[in-house]
Amino acid sequence: MLELCGVSKTFMKGTANELDALKDVSFTLSQGEFAAIIGGNGSGKSTLLNCISGVYIPDGGSIKLDGEDITYKPEYKRAHAIGRVFQDPLKGTAFDMTIEENLAIAWYKGRPRNLRWGITRKDRELFREKLSRFELGLEDRMKDKAGLLSGGQRQALTLLMAIIVRPKLLLLDEHTAALDPATSRKVLELTKVFVKEEGIPTLMVTHNMKDAIEMSTRILMMNKGKLVLNVSGDDLKGITVDKLVDLFEEKSGEVLDNDRILLG
Amino acid sequence: MLTDIMLFLERLPGIFKGAGELGIIYAVLALGVFISFRTLNTPDLTVDGSFVLGTAASAVLAATGHPYLSLIAAFLMGSMAGCVTSLLNTKLGIQPLLSGILVMLGLYSVNLRVMGGRPNIPISRDSTIFSIPLLEPLGDYKELALSLIILVIILALLSLFLNTRFGYVLRATGDNEGMVRAAGVNTDVTKLCGLAISNGLVALSGAMIAQYQGFSDIGMGTGMVVIGLSSVIIGEVVFGSKPLIRRLTAVALGSVLYRLIISIAFEIGMPPTDLKLVSAVIVAIALSASKIGGGLAKIKKKFTTGEDGGALNA
Repeated sequence: MLELCGVSKTFMKGTANELDALKDVSFTLSQGEFAAIIGGNGSGKSTLLNCISGVYIPDGGSIKLDGEDITYKPEYKRAHAIGRVFQDPLKGTAFDMTIEENLAIAWYKGRPRNLRWGITRKDRELFREKLSRFELGLEDRMKDKAGLLSGGQRQALTLLMAIIVRPKLLLLDEHTAALDPATSRKVLELTKVFVKEEGIPTLMVTHNMKDAIEMSTRILMMNKGKLVLNVSGDDLKGITVDKLVDLFEEKSGEVLDNDRILLG
Repeated sequence: MLTDIMLFLERLPGIFKGAGELGIIYAVLALGVFISFRTLNTPDLTVDGSFVLGTAASAVLAATGHPYLSLIAAFLMGSMAGCVTSLLNTKLGIQPLLSGILVMLGLYSVNLRVMGGRPNIPISRDSTIFSIPLLEPLGDYKELALSLIILVIILALLSLFLNTRFGYVLRATGDNEGMVRAAGVNTDVTKLCGLAISNGLVALSGAMIAQYQGFSDIGMGTGMVVIGLSSVIIGEVVFGSKPLIRRLTAVALGSVLYRLIISIAFEIGMPPTDLKLVSAVIVAIALSASKIGGGLAKIKKKFTTGEDGGALNA
């Protein structure tokens, strides 16, 4: 369970370029929930994810994961409990290492990085089995370097790396945005089957409202660093893109006019 | 003319032997540079200083009758220099390149102190790693044999190390630091260990060179990082880079090939004073190879299709 309480973050404080990226953001994500975060450019979605993952330390408020206060915990220490997939397919893998080596780095998350073999025969069998369930043919290319993979294959690999050790929380930062529509579908399908149906608590930043409605148990909408909408449970039943837009405009007092948000 | 060629051919075995000996010892340096340059993706200039630190430590300790111990001491001292560079970078936020330059500069004084204030100290021929009775039967080939044994041991240990759990995250750090942190690893630690091992190997190479040549000189380190880079690049291009064990071996062979090229250049009349310039040019060409290659392809396209080849940049 993830609890955010009054989280705020200001960049370049005290200068002319001061920017309130997050203003007093609070919400709770319960066990097994899949939440989508929607918002225009600069609304603070990515900053929010970066505060939760520890890339940025918030200026105020607190972040709790399964009851433990992680607000000031260094990124690498909280990474044991948090899986991440980035928008840029290049960011999730080491390009000069093989697929199986990348998986091994993720697989030994939370265990000592000592001088035992980086990968064992048993690990290899496990990776092959997991990869084959993705049905991308990657199980036969385990000795290929990750740099040889297409964007979609890399995102799939990064997704597997993020969940191969079941995380307490998964953060998906527009993980399909850089992919072509067909590949994007495929990766989203993998997300549905291996994340949502497995009940891994997830925060997914997306520009696609249809995807958000289709997949989520909770929808969070952000505007100018504020959380303006938090819909879940019965309120989500029968919701449509139009209704969501109306709600957003009612709550934020602004027209939702960002080109990058896909309404359809 | 013919006699010149005959004379050259006669000297050839000697050239090969000399280049082989130096190449093998410098291969240890090349492997050190490989770790910082390839696996950590930072060109580390500490090398020029830590190399001399190795020669100095080795000269001083060999004089007390412990040539083998001096190799270990040199490795440890080099490692410490690497740690300082890494800490300047990760804990004090100084750019990696500048951290290396600072430590290299500081080491100049440290090295002079290690050598007791003298810029040059000789090492007695009777007190080096090559002077033990066990090697006597090998005669003229004892230097070659012992250096090769040490290199093979280092190659084996390094390839084992880089295939451990820690080795994996070390290699990934240069590729994608963010991903390594996302996997729950403190990249400050991987960088520290990487630079420590890298400079340890460099100093070890310096220690062997000092004992091979019979002296330690404060100026020996100039351009060592460039020599290391040449070996890494030449090796990877000529001998391939996949899988990892092949890549490490290629780097070592690259060092031998580099020495061979230099020796032959000397032999056909290049003044020794031009060595550094030639090394710098070789590395500049090797590092810009992809850019030059891309440019050539562009020009070729322009001439064959009449287009400006802009698509290559897309």
